[in-house]
Amino acid sequence: MAASPDAPNNGGRRLALMILGRIGASFVTLILVALVVFVISSLLPGDAAQEALGQSATAEQIAALRQEMGLDRPAYERFATWAWGMVGGDAGQSLVANMPVGDIISERLPNSLLLAALTTLVAVPLALGIGIASAMNRDGRLDRALNIVTLSMVALPEFLVATLAVLVFSVQLQWLPSIALVPEEAGVAELLKALAMPVAALAVVVMAQMARMTRAAIIDQLDRPYVEMAVLKGFSARRIIITHVLPNSVGPIFNAIALSLSYLLGGAIIVETIFNYPGLASLMVNAVTSRDMPLLQACAMIFCAVYLALMLIADVAAILANPRLRNQ
Amino acid sequence: MADASANPYVAVSGLRVSARRPDGSDFDIVSDIDFSLARGEVLALIGESGSGKTTIALAMLGHARNGAAITGGSIRVGDVDLASLGAADLRALRGNRICYVAQSAAAAFNPARTIMDQAIEAALVHGLMSRAEAEAKAVGLFGELGLPRPESIGRKYPHQFSGGQLQRLMAAMALMSDPDLIILDEPTTALDVTTQIGVLQAFRNVVRRRGTTAIYVSHDLAVVAQMADHILVLQQGHIVEAGRAARMIEAPEQDYTRTLMAAAHPAPSVPERGPAADVPLLEVRGVTAGYGRIDAAGHPAIPVLRDVSLSLQRGQTLGVIGESGSGKSTLARAISGLLPPARGQVLLDGAPLPPGLKGRTRDDFRRVQIVFQNADVALNPAQSVRQILKRPLAFYHGLRGAAADARIAELLDLIRLPATIGDRRCTELSGGQKQRVNLARALAANPDIILCDEVTSALDTVVGAAILDLLADLRRDLGIGMIFISHDISTVRAICDDILVLYHGHAVEQGPRDTFAEALHHPYTRLLVSSVPELRIGWLPDAGSAPPLPPVDESGNAADLCPFLARCDTRVAGLCDASFPPRHRLPTGNEILCHFADEKLLPFARGNMGAA
Amino acid sequence: MSVGRFLRSLRGLSLSGRIGLGLVLFWGVVALVGPMLAPHPVGAFVDRDVFGGYSSRFPLGSDYLGRDVLSRLLSGARYTVGLGASAAIAACMVGTGLALVAALGSRWTDELLSRFMDTLLSIPSKILALVLIAAFGSSLLLLMVIAAFTYVPGNYRIARALAVNLNQTDFVVAARARGERATHIALFEILPNMIHPLLADFGLRFVFIVLLLSALSFLGLGVQPPAADLGSLVRENISGIVEGAPAILMPALAIATLTVGVNLLIDALPRAGRR
Repeated sequence: MAASPDAPNNGGRRLALMILGRIGASFVTLILVALVVFVISSLLPGDAAQEALGQSATAEQIAALRQEMGLDRPAYERFATWAWGMVGGDAGQSLVANMPVGDIISERLPNSLLLAALTTLVAVPLALGIGIASAMNRDGRLDRALNIVTLSMVALPEFLVATLAVLVFSVQLQWLPSIALVPEEAGVAELLKALAMPVAALAVVVMAQMARMTRAAIIDQLDRPYVEMAVLKGFSARRIIITHVLPNSVGPIFNAIALSLSYLLGGAIIVETIFNYPGLASLMVNAVTSRDMPLLQACAMIFCAVYLALMLIADVAAILANPRLRNQ
Repeated sequence: MADASANPYVAVSGLRVSARRPDGSDFDIVSDIDFSLARGEVLALIGESGSGKTTIALAMLGHARNGAAITGGSIRVGDVDLASLGAADLRALRGNRICYVAQSAAAAFNPARTIMDQAIEAALVHGLMSRAEAEAKAVGLFGELGLPRPESIGRKYPHQFSGGQLQRLMAAMALMSDPDLIILDEPTTALDVTTQIGVLQAFRNVVRRRGTTAIYVSHDLAVVAQMADHILVLQQGHIVEAGRAARMIEAPEQDYTRTLMAAAHPAPSVPERGPAADVPLLEVRGVTAGYGRIDAAGHPAIPVLRDVSLSLQRGQTLGVIGESGSGKSTLARAISGLLPPARGQVLLDGAPLPPGLKGRTRDDFRRVQIVFQNADVALNPAQSVRQILKRPLAFYHGLRGAAADARIAELLDLIRLPATIGDRRCTELSGGQKQRVNLARALAANPDIILCDEVTSALDTVVGAAILDLLADLRRDLGIGMIFISHDISTVRAICDDILVLYHGHAVEQGPRDTFAEALHHPYTRLLVSSVPELRIGWLPDAGSAPPLPPVDESGNAADLCPFLARCDTRVAGLCDASFPPRHRLPTGNEILCHFADEKLLPFARGNMGAA
Repeated sequence: MSVGRFLRSLRGLSLSGRIGLGLVLFWGVVALVGPMLAPHPVGAFVDRDVFGGYSSRFPLGSDYLGRDVLSRLLSGARYTVGLGASAAIAACMVGTGLALVAALGSRWTDELLSRFMDTLLSIPSKILALVLIAAFGSSLLLLMVIAAFTYVPGNYRIARALAVNLNQTDFVVAARARGERATHIALFEILPNMIHPLLADFGLRFVFIVLLLSALSFLGLGVQPPAADLGSLVRENISGIVEGAPAILMPALAIATLTVGVNLLIDALPRAGRR
């Protein structure tokens, strides 16, 4: 316990090392994920050359194309070329659209990010509010009601939520368009109107999970002796939750938020399809249908990278919020 | 209480706290509780688990745990009746006029906030003083409770303190508002005995100096005898006996009070020592064990046990005593093979055992059985008592069917449990019953040696005393050798032939039990023995009679020096801080790990390093 | 856990738990005998009207080709429940088996398995399923395998955490000190204490898998015609959305009642079972 003068400095270095370690581990995982994605998508019965030329192609034609596409080289070499290309932003050539995968994606990515950002703005505050309110009324009437609601929302198929939304808001009430087509020069109001339903449908899906995990993270702390101690020091329930419990549950709450947000890109598949929204997820579905492997791989890698980045941010935030790790 | 003043400061009458069973019916946790207390007095609530002592203590703050509620009676403190107050009024009293010191300060402090933040929070929330005043007062209290560097420790977080320090910090926090009443809920129970004594002294000092009115909850009569003016004995939610402390200690009126007192200090029950065989049943030779990578010289990265040797004769009991972290459980794990020693050997009847589990024969396993401290987790909750006992019978002896059933009946009889208990799950048994089943599972192997790791520590004293009796009988009737690991020297002295004292993984002293009654000892043994509270008023010396030891310069390689150096009051500069101590044999026959072997080791003989 | 104890724990269910249990039982029965109760042949064009409303002849209306929605629903439920249950069972058996191997095996085994599972876990489940389908196709058997594979890592993580915790408990340490072999410890000491939380996890996996398979079918990548699960029914009738046809609402509702029912039931199970 001797407080040597260089202790904080030393602690800072250990903290930096720990965070660097997490970043390193995330990179390793990303490489492994790339390997898994590459291996699975290269296990095609037949190969891309066969696929591209169809059944009628001659063996020579296929061999020529194979060479052109580099399919005749050993697998590890192809993986290295591919992975290195991904790092440099060159994801290869789309087999179907016959244009660089990078171009296709850069057209769609902003749409996906816009949808994700708007949904985040709606869902995160709502989810935290619901989670905290539930926890503060643990086992009370409000908590039980919210529990049933969020429990059901977690289990609802997205297409039911989206279909019901269309049915109510565009078919019955005719307030909102059933297709989320954003015109090139749209104003903010128009944009919001067009995106209201996709955002709402996505928000419903991610919010419930986030709210439940927030509640669980808080409840997990409520039975700790320090909470009883705070009660016995005469503090109000609101003060106990906000100043005593929340600082101890930021780790799991950040984790819950990151987990939910990671869903907003890849998980938006259904919502994008129903509302005809030109995002990345529906692009990936097209890639699956047309077996456009370079495009598929690139999409999958983007989703995985986003997931890993979000988890990393939550992890580092949790480390920084924990005095035990902050002050060794 | 009869002898409290006519207009008592705290008066509780007809207090009842009830809770609801899962099936919906109500039951009383405590009922018909009456007592009173004059200003500046300390009342102790004594009882075993389930006696309701903590329930009463919390009711003094108008609080009840886990859906229980105060359902009757009055709780008057000063001129308010807590039982009639609403939530907001109660909040205004708590942490202000009535304060609480929790059992485990390590858990009761918020890990995410600084000590100062938490110490002054109540004073600020209740609007008692400004932040600057509060911080100044907290620093003063930290000093008063004997905490080091009171000005700066407020910036630290709870995990940066030891258990004893946290307990002092919690007391300081409770005194911030100069409360009318302070509730101390088993504040030293989780501490090691040598730490407890200092904390008790600090508590008694501040309580006396400030004339604080206090309620002190404990299961330990000896501790309470040092603090309390009045003692109230509880059993299963009812008052058994109450009175002035001196009268209760010297002339208890109720049988239950006498049982409690007797159980706290078990009478020795050690049979005559038989002749020693040439080859001991179990021998441990220079065992070093720990965790992490083992270097070329055989030292693990995190050593827990260092160069420990012992021997055990058939039918004898060796007591191993030490504080938390002394390595006593590791010793049992090293012998049983769960943690292979990095160096040294374990010999059974003179033949070396393979160090780890690998390579041991089924018969090796059978001969050495281990019984764990906490029967709640040592017995598989998915199995019935019968299934638990059946396995070792089949595994070691191939007993099945009727033969196994007959043996199970015998075993249950041996541990004095009814045969009907066989079909129950162990989760349905009481703590004492579980510990007996735990013991029976070891006995089912027909072992030569049983390693008992703190087998009575998790039990109430009365239940624990019954287990000790059982152990003594088993050993006499079955001639099993036993290693009895404990942190409680009075238990060890009661049932062991020989005693081994562990400190930081070193065997600092070992020898026959009888010599532990004499004066000449290793300084740590002396501290340990003198720290065990005795059941007499005035045992606890006043703090300040011995000034605290100056800290040792720890710049050198501490691993090469005496493990007890920092806490030793006998140390001599130039010797103790220069080299590792040798093993000496004392005139009493005990072997100690110390630079000295003479009268310097007698109590109150002080080294010149402390005086410098 | 004995059957008797399980039944007793059901008796103490809350209202929402009873509703959940009712829904689960209902869909279980439908999956077993539903197709036998179908009033019309599954593939027959029986209504001249398309997207017909509720009527006595077609209680749930007719679909985009004039087929009976109720009959198609009864048969679709069998695919959804059957595929979901078998994939969930496969995922839990493989995940838990590997978890026990990891918890009791050497450090290297654990390290390798856990690394691999962590890698799979960092691929969002829908994405992983899509890549697998792109690579291998989507026959019924493949769909089952793909869904199971996708959810093995999640079950593995839960089961491994449980097994590692149990492996450190004193009763397992006592078994090891007794000289027991790893297989005995895994099967008789550890596994029986994992059943309860694993049952809850099984329910969750089932819900995830049903949602995943429905979503895949909805995208046209799941169960292929002429077979149709509930998700396919939603997809093929998507054009009925503008008129709010029962043909699109009913299958979607069917999935929702199934998954919500399982969720309600798990949530109401005794707390001790869900750590």
